[in-house]
Amino acid sequence: MNKTVRIALVALLCVGAAACTKKQETKPQQPQQETQQVAPPQSGEHKYTAADLDTDACLKQRVVYFDFDKDEVKPEFQQIMQCHAKFLQDVPTARMTLDGNTDERGTREYNLGLGERRGNAVSSALQANGGSASQINVVSHGKEQPVCRQHNEDCWSKNRRVEISYSAT
Amino acid sequence: MKKLTQFLAILIAYCGLALLSQVHAQQPLTVNVVGMTKTATPIAVVPFAQQGAPLPTDIADVIRNDLNRCGKFRSLAVSEIVEQPSQGSDIKFATWRLLKQDYIVIGRIKDAGNGMVTVEYELWDVNRQQRLLGEAMSPAATSDLRSVAHQIADKIFQQITGIPGAFWTRIAYVTMVGTGNNANYSLIVADSDGYNPQVVARSHEALLSPKWSPDGSRIAYVSFEGGNSAIYIQNIGTGARQLISGRAKGINSAPAWSPDGTKLALSLSYTGNPEIYVMDLGSRQETRLTRSMAINTEPVWAPDGQSIYFTSDRSGKPEIYRVSAGGGTPERISFQGQQNLDASISYDGKQIAMVQANGNVYRIAIVDQGQGGQLRFISPGPIDESPSFAPNASMLIYAASDGARDVLYAVSSDGMVRQRLALADGNVREPAWGPYRKQ
Repeated sequence: MNKTVRIALVALLCVGAAACTKKQETKPQQPQQETQQVAPPQSGEHKYTAADLDTDACLKQRVVYFDFDKDEVKPEFQQIMQCHAKFLQDVPTARMTLDGNTDERGTREYNLGLGERRGNAVSSALQANGGSASQINVVSHGKEQPVCRQHNEDCWSKNRRVEISYSAT
Repeated sequence: MKKLTQFLAILIAYCGLALLSQVHAQQPLTVNVVGMTKTATPIAVVPFAQQGAPLPTDIADVIRNDLNRCGKFRSLAVSEIVEQPSQGSDIKFATWRLLKQDYIVIGRIKDAGNGMVTVEYELWDVNRQQRLLGEAMSPAATSDLRSVAHQIADKIFQQITGIPGAFWTRIAYVTMVGTGNNANYSLIVADSDGYNPQVVARSHEALLSPKWSPDGSRIAYVSFEGGNSAIYIQNIGTGARQLISGRAKGINSAPAWSPDGTKLALSLSYTGNPEIYVMDLGSRQETRLTRSMAINTEPVWAPDGQSIYFTSDRSGKPEIYRVSAGGGTPERISFQGQQNLDASISYDGKQIAMVQANGNVYRIAIVDQGQGGQLRFISPGPIDESPSFAPNASMLIYAASDGARDVLYAVSSDGMVRQRLALADGNVREPAWGPYRKQ
């Protein structure tokens, strides 16, 4: 009996540790921490290859956050726009999906529109940095795919986002 | 004792499985009513007399609940029903006057053979000692007695208020159970009081915006099952489904049936931003109604089919606009509050329900054109949405967030009586009140 309790406790501790680790992993996606860590893409010198998606510090950044009711790509995300645009240029076969999301405020249908606007804003920023429109697909999920479900600004700021994903390289 | 417990556990598990295996079975919504209108009419609904085996439905109870939740009636509690007349000649009016009841409903259930019963009911005016209604309903299966009870409630409602009742109607809504990759969405239709839920469609991706065809046979909705939004029309009875708009580029959403059922208004963004279109369902031809750089969505037809209301943020914030169904210049019609979205129009076109945002509080408001554009809130917020009028506009249904989960509220149109419809372990959202049913 005693053993069972101990095993259960160990199991609980493991779960706790895993939860903590996961939290630390997701945290750098927050806008504030993000900017300092990213090295600017070295244009010209290095040509990106598909392998860089998993290793390059800048290309690993795949989430762009937005202010409430806004669709402007904030200055702190310019470097991410630059490296992903460079990747699209360097790997012409690459195909990217931009999933636009909103916070829970406002109706579901209206938020589909807002999510698309954010996706389009990221698409425009990538194109302004040399990416090709033919490589980019925008899908809006409105408020249907929140990463956080509490009803407060901290949570809302995590949900107002565009996620970058590559469907082909 | 232990054996008995085990046996019971197995029996319960077996019953659970049997329930799950029914194709159309769905976890029912839990229901409770809050609030009361002070001016509500007092009415006593006496338990219906019946011989033979007990029936699955307490008809008087269903009628009482219907009358209570619409806000216009206050039915006498069963514990205060001291006499149980089942014939008009048995009613002692003095008793019901003493109990301050304006009306009394009595009834009896008769065996009609082959598992069918006939329900007879009478509505009496207590003060005038006058019979207002007396009727035998068509024989019905004992499994269908809730429908019979709702139809009786409709007749009582119409006799006393002069407005057709809308209790014998259905609602559609979306349930979402689980999160992330384990999310399960179901499009459900159920009785207007949340009973008899039936699954129309299931998906692991989001389902949105169910809208009833005017004849109640089909539902248009938005599904993300293919990755992007797409609009489908599905027949409730047969399950047959048509893809209406599934463009790879942009949003395909916000379907709305024209009152004659021949057209569907949509919001499509393949040109770059969401614009309102009208599709002729026969020819599949689309006519574009709006031209602006804004979000134009949530179209809804005026009851006469002549114009379409929609949400647009062309002024910087979302507001309600109206445009002729044939096209033209949209006219803004909402001016109060910070934002107004997602209109629902009453059958007579006089009342417009919408989501009004002030700061972070989203509430359902009704603008009454008959009252000079007077606005009243019928929900407390903070995240209320998707208002949908009952076909007689005596009630609305809307979606709310109740702490950790999404729930529905059916509310009387004065906002005084609210009925909460919730799923035990999931979210309920996107309600749509269906049309009147055919006899």
